[in-house]
Amino acid sequence: MPIIEIKDLSFSYSGTSRRSLNSINLEVEKGEFVVVTGPSGCGKTTLCRCLNGLVPNFYTGELTGEISVCGLDVQKQTTSAMSQHVGFVFQDPENQLFCLTVERDVAFGPENMGFPREEIRRRVDWALKVTGTEALKDRAPYELSGGQQQRIAIASVLAMQPKIIVLDEPTSFLDPKSSQEILEVVARLNRELGVTVFLVEHRLDLATRHSNRIVVLDKGAVALDGPPEEVYGEQAQLIGIGVPKVPLLFHMLKQDGIDVRETPVTVEEGIKQLRRIISD
Amino acid sequence: MIVVEDLHFAYPNGNQVLHGVDLNIQDGEFIAIMGENGAGKTTLVKTFNGLLKPNQGRVLIDNIDTKKTSVAALAREVGLVFQNPDHQLFCETVRDEVAYSLRNFGYPSDVIEKRVKGMLETLDLTPYVDSSPFMLSGGERKRVALASVLVWNPKHMVLDEPTIGQDYQQKDRLRNFIIQLNTQGKTVVMVTHDVEFVAECKPRVILLSQGKIIGDGTAEEILTDKDLSTRASLLQPQIALLFSAIEGLPRGIIDVYSARLVINNTLRGSK
Repeated sequence: MPIIEIKDLSFSYSGTSRRSLNSINLEVEKGEFVVVTGPSGCGKTTLCRCLNGLVPNFYTGELTGEISVCGLDVQKQTTSAMSQHVGFVFQDPENQLFCLTVERDVAFGPENMGFPREEIRRRVDWALKVTGTEALKDRAPYELSGGQQQRIAIASVLAMQPKIIVLDEPTSFLDPKSSQEILEVVARLNRELGVTVFLVEHRLDLATRHSNRIVVLDKGAVALDGPPEEVYGEQAQLIGIGVPKVPLLFHMLKQDGIDVRETPVTVEEGIKQLRRIISD
Repeated sequence: MIVVEDLHFAYPNGNQVLHGVDLNIQDGEFIAIMGENGAGKTTLVKTFNGLLKPNQGRVLIDNIDTKKTSVAALAREVGLVFQNPDHQLFCETVRDEVAYSLRNFGYPSDVIEKRVKGMLETLDLTPYVDSSPFMLSGGERKRVALASVLVWNPKHMVLDEPTIGQDYQQKDRLRNFIIQLNTQGKTVVMVTHDVEFVAECKPRVILLSQGKIIGDGTAEEILTDKDLSTRASLLQPQIALLFSAIEGLPRGIIDVYSARLVINNTLRGSK
């Protein structure tokens, strides 16, 4: 059974008639790493909010269709109940860190879930370890760099040991190197712990290497859904997503009549292809 | 002209961010300031409109020392768009937000109306004219913040991370718009991490690391320099990485259009 199952989901925020989501159908299997992208205003953030019940519990509006996450009907659950299954990492880590030390921030989730002291201790240590932030545990979150803050935000979500982690443009405020590191942390959680990842990203050049499934939303609906080499074809250009430059270049070369066999997705694959093309 | 001389700056908590920055920006230049998180990029540009004053050294805007004038006076010359739009948006509608500065500057209402309308069209915001900025998406709020500064037409534009939250189409429009501003003679300084955006715009690149300038040159020079990129936590553009791995291809290629041309020419030449 898929861990996320969405059927005919439509939603309009209160006060507008515009449908932010328009008949979405989507299934995600346990352990998948899904990258969700699409033009701004396409409904990416709204879709994320549906997965833990923030829509429509907190952001109200008119919702039709069905959302099942971890076998639970999200519309019948409270957001706090869903938070144990779905961890949510926002674009701006300052929006979710608020304690005076990193350790307290990471402990906040398990404390509220009512775990005994020892279990909280164990979870905090574990979450700090897997995100590589043990050395920061006594620091104040507000004095850390953006990349460090985002790691702490991920740790604070992980401490609740969710089965799914939803990240809404987690690298927007980070430099490229920190972005790469954050996505590597996420990829490791997926690979080693089997956490299902639902990652909203514009920076596909960084996200692509970790994922074998790209979902493109356009005007509130799923426009494309498949492996990167398929999605980075012509249609993705038309929808206007930021196809990484290597697949884009080879796509153009193909149009120029050059013998490109498979569209390379990463720089490494691009180098191999270009060597072959030049030496042929 | 923006002149920065031996600029040192520390925040009141003692955190020393800038350690002697020297920089000359001519009128009409197009500049990208890049570097790792915490390098001092935002701190540097906040000295351009006097929001922050040097502890040592000085900053001159069109020959006026920022210490000897007010932020209000400098604001007319230097428009600063913050990284996080929520730090500068406060009105109830997009229209009011974009009209705010013009009203403060005392423009007649018909001029205000016309300029606001034009600005909203340019940045693809017309449908949201009566919306609350806080109901918009992150990318849309960012464009409202941009519009609210661009609308008063300052001589020097400083954009802190203009591409955050923008999709590819919006970036494309933004790039065209920035280039258009620049060809009209406006100085454009943008702080950005977005190497692919820089690879397409090709401004002069100032590389900042740990409060010092470690590189200053064309986008082609800086973004193909592996050592500099590593020091400033930049990832090189995909095309630069691709080209540097293959012998016999010309250096300094960083964008996909030049790459396409060069590869086609190379193949034609060898046949």
